[in-house]
Amino acid sequence: MLYREAGQFKNSYAADQQLFPIRQDRIGVIALLVVAFFIVPLVAGDYWFSAILIPFLIFSLAALGLNLLTGYAGQLSLGSAAFMAVGAYAAYNFQLRIDGLPMVLSFMLAGLTAAGVGILFGLPSLWIKGFYLAVATLAAQFFIVWCLTKFPWFSNHSSSGVISTQKVTILGYAFNSPREKYLLVLTLVTVLALAAKNLVRSSTGRAWMAVRDMDVAAEVIGIRLMPTKLLAFAVSSFYCGVAGALYAFCYLGSVEPDGFSLDMSFRILFMIIIGGMGSILGSFLGAAFILLLPIFLDITLPALAGLLGLPFSNATVSHIQILVFGALIMFFLIVEPHGLARLWQIAKEKLRLWPFPH
Amino acid sequence: MRFFLEVLISGLLSGVMYSLVALGFVLIYKASGVFNFAQGAMVYLAALSVVGVMEHGAPLWLAILIAFIIMTLFGIATEKFVLRKLVNQPPITLFMATIGLAFFIEGLAPMVFGSNPRALDLGIVDEPIESILNSWGMVISKFDLAAAAIAAVLVTTLALFFQYTRIGRALRAVADDHQAALSIGIPLQHIWAIVWGVAGFVALVAGMLWGARNGVQFALTFTALKALPVLIIGGFTSVPGAIVGGLIIGASEKLAEIYLPPMMESAFGGNFGGIEGWFPYVLALGFLLIRPEGLFGEKHIDRV
Repeated sequence: MLYREAGQFKNSYAADQQLFPIRQDRIGVIALLVVAFFIVPLVAGDYWFSAILIPFLIFSLAALGLNLLTGYAGQLSLGSAAFMAVGAYAAYNFQLRIDGLPMVLSFMLAGLTAAGVGILFGLPSLWIKGFYLAVATLAAQFFIVWCLTKFPWFSNHSSSGVISTQKVTILGYAFNSPREKYLLVLTLVTVLALAAKNLVRSSTGRAWMAVRDMDVAAEVIGIRLMPTKLLAFAVSSFYCGVAGALYAFCYLGSVEPDGFSLDMSFRILFMIIIGGMGSILGSFLGAAFILLLPIFLDITLPALAGLLGLPFSNATVSHIQILVFGALIMFFLIVEPHGLARLWQIAKEKLRLWPFPH
Repeated sequence: MRFFLEVLISGLLSGVMYSLVALGFVLIYKASGVFNFAQGAMVYLAALSVVGVMEHGAPLWLAILIAFIIMTLFGIATEKFVLRKLVNQPPITLFMATIGLAFFIEGLAPMVFGSNPRALDLGIVDEPIESILNSWGMVISKFDLAAAAIAAVLVTTLALFFQYTRIGRALRAVADDHQAALSIGIPLQHIWAIVWGVAGFVALVAGMLWGARNGVQFALTFTALKALPVLIIGGFTSVPGAIVGGLIIGASEKLAEIYLPPMMESAFGGNFGGIEGWFPYVLALGFLLIRPEGLFGEKHIDRV
């Protein structure tokens, strides 16, 4: 009833090719953006901005990057945190070494640096695939983090590679409060997410999906594997790099290479698996789930323990958290292997017929 | 030259320890096509259960027996409650499930047995062999040698088991082709349970050796990360590959650790220790350039 495309006729190619062809989708997305840009900044407090919303957006962006590579182009990567580290350190160095470089430009340059590194570590994908490639990307994870720790130039000779980021100033306006940073991150994430949405339906995106589904067949129909795969690595690393720069500049303010650990790479991978591979929306849903789950467990477990009168120590609680996290991931994979995005799709199918299912 | 040999030998011996962990990966990958990332966590669980049971006053042999039972039950439960439900899912989903499993174990094991690092005494001392020290002046640890011997026995036993027993033949059949094996009446689910049991046993041996050497602590889970480049070099499906890969990784890693940082320091200045974290991976990448399936892996043929 509410969600039905019947009667929406397209009279021009432009109308037919728009990003959200169904009117209800369009309204929904615009409403969501209005809420995110205008309502949320009015109602949310500082805790919400700095502990939940900003990391959510940043990790969504990183998950989006990985989803382009793994979900769309089919190249499994376990090094996304390392590319975030490249982005963070590149942005820091651009700001440090080039006087008066605009902040947004240095974020973009950080993304491009990460893209370059991504291409370098994507080269093995030309001759290996599957788990061999996944393990090969671990080389990126360990090597990059080690380089950032051991070469003092990257962190401007600070001890153990810790960098404290510069102030975020754009056109003379300083982004100091969490609310302002949230708006900055939100703007960048929105632009990049819409760009990704556009990219995956272009010829590039279709080439990626062809390579994902079967690369030999893709080659036979005339898709050149090398540029396609390397472009996937470049774009994915660009997104991860920008996410890393935002992570350093707008979220933590001070980062060290070891913070971009393998654990973080796994978390980003979990986000796209739980959210849904090959889905832009899934990246956001997965990021929300993986970030909110530990917070949720943090709040509920001690309360639950108190309720049941169980003598849980802090160590036990943290163990239970890890345990429940692992168990929930297995559970989710068993009940919905295609992720939350698929649930949303099923819901939409149901909505089209509702309330008259026949 | 003597120093070089000493480093080489100690590297080879520690490589055997890597092979042990890699072996667990290979067994499960061969039989069920699952890339079991939880193998490192299983090593941790096994070592912790040995130590945990011994803390309750049990002698070593009993503790090992109980740990073996725990590992077997755990393997069977994993197969029954997780993997069986994920049949026909893409390999990456199974892989993610095993990462979830790894988290699960990393939470469960210290909750049951305590998380403080503990020593595990197997009765083998970690000291140089005197006769070699005296005659050639090389330091070769008794413990490393014993560990290598245990690993050799384990691998031989497994190889014989695979080659000559009924179950071993069934395992190889399943590894070759699930459907064909099923159609000639091999009970797949029993076989998978057995494989997980055997992988648990391998994890137990690895866990005890690693635990005795470095102490039973959370860092044992990182042994999985040491085993991955071994797998790449040896191939995911080859038992001898895991051994050879382990030797190559162990030896080259130790040599690189000794000889590379001074070279880099003279080139760039500064401190370049700790390259063992990434060196095996880069080496493995180099191997992939020449042989994309690893040294002993099966050649993969794509058909459209």
